[in-house]
Amino acid sequence: MGFHHSMSNLSREDVAHLARLARLAVTDEELDLFAGQLDVVLGAVARVGTAAVADVPPTTHAVPLTNVLRPDELTPSLPREAVLAGAPASEDDRFRVPRILGESA
Amino acid sequence: MTTTTGDRLLDFDDVVSRYEPVIGLETHVELGTVTKMFCGCSTTFGAEPNTQTCPVCLGLPGSLPVANAAAIEATVQIGLALNCRIASWCRFARKNYFYPDIPKGFQTSQYDEPLCVSGYLDVVVDGETHRVEIERVHLEEDTGKNLHVGGSTGRIHGADHSLVDYNRAGIPLVEIVTRPVSGAGAKAPEVAKAYVTELREIIQALGVSDVRMEQGSLRCDVNTSIAPVGALEMGTRTETKNVNSLRSVERSVRYEIRRQAALLDEGVRIRQETRHFHEDTGSTSPGRSKEEATDYRYFPEPDLVPLAPDAAWVESLRLALPELPAARRARLIQEWGLSDTEMTWLLNAGALGVVAETVAAGASPAEARKWWLGELARRANESGTELTDLPITPAQVAELSGLVAEGRVNDKLARQVLDHVLAGEGGPTEVVEARGLAVLGESDELVAAVEAAIAGAPDVVAKVRAGKVQALGALVGQVMKTTKGQADAATVRRMLEERVVGQTG
Repeated sequence: MGFHHSMSNLSREDVAHLARLARLAVTDEELDLFAGQLDVVLGAVARVGTAAVADVPPTTHAVPLTNVLRPDELTPSLPREAVLAGAPASEDDRFRVPRILGESA
Repeated sequence: MTTTTGDRLLDFDDVVSRYEPVIGLETHVELGTVTKMFCGCSTTFGAEPNTQTCPVCLGLPGSLPVANAAAIEATVQIGLALNCRIASWCRFARKNYFYPDIPKGFQTSQYDEPLCVSGYLDVVVDGETHRVEIERVHLEEDTGKNLHVGGSTGRIHGADHSLVDYNRAGIPLVEIVTRPVSGAGAKAPEVAKAYVTELREIIQALGVSDVRMEQGSLRCDVNTSIAPVGALEMGTRTETKNVNSLRSVERSVRYEIRRQAALLDEGVRIRQETRHFHEDTGSTSPGRSKEEATDYRYFPEPDLVPLAPDAAWVESLRLALPELPAARRARLIQEWGLSDTEMTWLLNAGALGVVAETVAAGASPAEARKWWLGELARRANESGTELTDLPITPAQVAELSGLVAEGRVNDKLARQVLDHVLAGEGGPTEVVEARGLAVLGESDELVAAVEAAIAGAPDVVAKVRAGKVQALGALVGQVMKTTKGQADAATVRRMLEERVVGQTG
């Protein structure tokens, strides 16, 4: 288990939270494992912050494009059979999904 | 007073004497563009399920979104109409969460860089103007539609599974967020309703959405909190979703104010939560708790380049804005010579639009108002329909009003003509001709009726000749009766005067 003491900020709770958001089942042992591994990743990414770029505006895209728009004109949709063919299950021409618990739209 | 939900509610007047309500509104407007926000799929309402989808709106691998120019333009128009500043540069962002109605695993939205910011909308309640400040207007995409199967119809609780239709997923959605509105006191529920009403009219005037609450093209989330009068801090708010009519906006605020006060009086803390509004009982019930839902891990959308609305283009849109409802009302008050109260009646009756169209079709403002607020309002009320849903057009009302002005029909006949028009027999002129409902001119028939009335009442004739001119009224009545109301009373009076009093003038 590679605990990263110098920059370790990620707790087991953080990992559990992220796993829940990502709908991943993570065991107790894995929480420790991933906390350490993710800390290493974060540490590596954090090095970007040490670069002297105070006067460089944040970049979203490598190409300085703006306003890439399309006219409001119809293009063909996919045939429904093709759309539903990609679904694990379908019913009544709709995607069938497991029941949604504890939440509502 | 209790409801089926078991919430304890305090008396509204009592609560607002001790607590200051603060409201905030998040309104979603589905734009009426032909295609979706980021792809060319149709947005037509009511199509067969999953027939209006493509790799982009289904989030299939390798697909790339491109923003709809018409949706950007419509959002800027809404921002301008709400007195917002239009950002010179902004980006879309991903709002990450898992829910079956978002096929991509995220909703493309805007986060810290909305397209429009810092506006306001003035609304009038009982003659008093309340300024509702607009925090932001941003652009995002709508979600698909879940159908919950099993359990009670369409309800999520007890459902076995859900069925999803992605036709709606990706339709451009504009979210309009107010700043907290305080200081309205007891008027807070009405201010909330007036705000949504005015917003709806503005968007209608812009023509960028059909804003039909019952079809979901205008949806409202209402935030409500209360704090003791004089308190420095705002209370904890709840967010009521599912508020699907203008009336419900007001009711939901009223309900939450009364419910929250009952809890605070007992020393119970208000939970920050999402609540659902129930149309049938007018009550709210808790939905998913906010703590679980807020971690959306927004980040700038890498698949879309930033928007940088050109200042000159924004200015040209500003100049091209149509006349907005408030300005239009002020103008019509002037042009029609109305009082504010008369205008309020028109608005409350939902008659401003049809009256204006009737005037445009040639009727006088007074006549147009008389018909729509009188006879037609009565009939709409009797049949339980909206005034604007009556099967008569403003042009037909103007035509009928013209027939009265020309003396071709009198008021009584006009009401009969109206019946037949509403029954679908055609326009007023057609009905008058087909049914023979025109007033009688100085025909032989009318002359005969006038002479018979004179011959049949020598005593009245004597009185009139002795100078008691008002006695003539009895003879007019007699002629109207003989002609079954089909004569013009003024013509009858003149004909009688000529014969009884002698040559006039």
